[in-house]
Amino acid sequence: MSDLRFQTLAATRWRIAISLTALMVVIYFGFILLIAYDKPLMGRLVTRGLSLGVLLGALVIVLSWVLTWVYVRWANTHYDAGLAAVRREDAAR
Amino acid sequence: MTSLLQAAAQQAPAAPEVTTRIGEPNAISVAFFFAFIAITLGITWWAARRTRTTEEFYAAGRTITPVQNGFALAGDYMSAASFLGIAGLVSTTGFDGLIYSTGWLVGWPVVLFLIAEPLRNLGRYTFADVVAARLRQTPVRIAAAIGTLATVIFYLIAQMVGAGGLIRLMFGLSYETAIVIVGAAMLAYVLFGGMIATTWVQIVKAGLLLGGAALLAILVLAKFGMNPLALFAAAADKYGDAVLAPGKLVAAPLDAVSLGMALMFGTAGLPHILMRFYTVPDARAARTSVFYATGLIGFFYLLTFVLGFGAMVLVGPAAIKAVDAGGNMAAPLLAEVLGGTPFLGFIAAVAFATILAVVAGLTLSGAAALSHDLWVNVVRHGEADAKEQLNVARGATVALGVIAVLLGILFKGQNVAYMVSLAFAIAASGNFPALVLSIFWKRCTTEGIVSSMVIGTGTTLLLIWLSPTIQVDILKHPGAWFPLKNPALVTIPLSFAIGVVVSLATRDDVASEGFAAAERRMHVGEA
Repeated sequence: MSDLRFQTLAATRWRIAISLTALMVVIYFGFILLIAYDKPLMGRLVTRGLSLGVLLGALVIVLSWVLTWVYVRWANTHYDAGLAAVRREDAAR
Repeated sequence: MTSLLQAAAQQAPAAPEVTTRIGEPNAISVAFFFAFIAITLGITWWAARRTRTTEEFYAAGRTITPVQNGFALAGDYMSAASFLGIAGLVSTTGFDGLIYSTGWLVGWPVVLFLIAEPLRNLGRYTFADVVAARLRQTPVRIAAAIGTLATVIFYLIAQMVGAGGLIRLMFGLSYETAIVIVGAAMLAYVLFGGMIATTWVQIVKAGLLLGGAALLAILVLAKFGMNPLALFAAAADKYGDAVLAPGKLVAAPLDAVSLGMALMFGTAGLPHILMRFYTVPDARAARTSVFYATGLIGFFYLLTFVLGFGAMVLVGPAAIKAVDAGGNMAAPLLAEVLGGTPFLGFIAAVAFATILAVVAGLTLSGAAALSHDLWVNVVRHGEADAKEQLNVARGATVALGVIAVLLGILFKGQNVAYMVSLAFAIAASGNFPALVLSIFWKRCTTEGIVSSMVIGTGTTLLLIWLSPTIQVDILKHPGAWFPLKNPALVTIPLSFAIGVVVSLATRDDVASEGFAAAERRMHVGEA
């Protein structure tokens, strides 16, 4: 039982880690490729003093932090609770 | 019409001639400088009495809290290149400089998702502990030490060259004197205070750097109704809307993607950053500390938007380039314009502290590779007593300190940003793939991982040598054999591919049988 629980937990953590990494890659390289291939679009002004490029650049920074928050929140609640259960079952054996 | 105006704006003297006291030793900067040295040496004296075991020397006794480690990680990571370099780049090129602000941050989530917790649970002092966990010690340790030392030495050279130039500009000291001072202060911290002193130097530095940058940004924004958009609009009015749009920096898309890959995955392979995760009590603390570090570093890079455009509007690109062609003095000049000589002195001292903290972290991780990985685990097969381990670690520290000073003097005048991107490329191709494969892939073998590390590091060095930056810019050859300035686009996939192919072609029963136990330990921690 402990092994099944552990395997499920390990698989879940791997899935979440790899999805969030992929999301980060898409966000950052999306930004870089937009700069590389559509400079006029990135230079377009959203409002006075703010181009789309500057806005997206700030968003990349904020989103990086938000993604770490999402992971830490998941890990502190679900993952740690799962680990605690695994440790309890290990101790009981 | 607008383009005519822009041309006129560019031709007209951009700003009134700024008279600056940069480069003259002024009493206030010297006072701040001595105050910082006095405080950090005091910390070192306090830490030295708490540094008796290898666990204390390398890992601060694993007693650092997540918030403290978040600050220390930020202090270990934010180099003078980030503070002075990015502010300078934004102030002279506008938007293009911001590309760096984003690139230096995006590696941190990757560190958190893939590396931080497994590292803390599987290792003791170095990242080689993790890679070698279920593989044959000797070859893996040697390969990991090569990757570590290559990364650390290129990074150290960059910091030393930067330090020499900066301190010469700010305090009027000679380049060589400046490097010797940095080397001596750093040696005092690491040699006597180990990781405890290094951690606190990094925390103090992070506080000073974030506080100084925030104060500077507030003073800038106060002139624009506390509205960043008003500041950006003023920059666009003065120098044209082009400053808010991508310019020449990302001319070749493949170059941009390659540099981006080095920055993103290199962070997760930097030995001095990885080593910091051993200073906290457990994996949960390691996890939380990355969250704090990412927030602090991200906040700092958002401030560079304001500092860069602030310097562009309030100092002017022409005046900035007149002091230093690379634009590196933009932030200090801005401080002088806004707060006079006292604020300039403070910011100069902050820049100095910034370099010292990074250099101390680098030296400690290099010393750990030499003593813990090579001496204790390869030469002595893990059978060295605590006293011997500490002595070897201190000896390695002195050796690295001397090497750093000599190389710093030898490489005078080299491009700092390029040397740093080189260190990131080696970390991303030599260290990161081996870490990921050994942590997550059951089928990996000693041969596969060692080939990945050695060939990853080797091809990175080779392709850098063949790149346009060395062949055309430095050696003045007409062309370069390899088209990219940064090889990461080729070397990261290559390093992963070699690790996988060689692993599949070989068998390592010990490694695959040990996977279940290692996987359990990576999640649950020590029983």
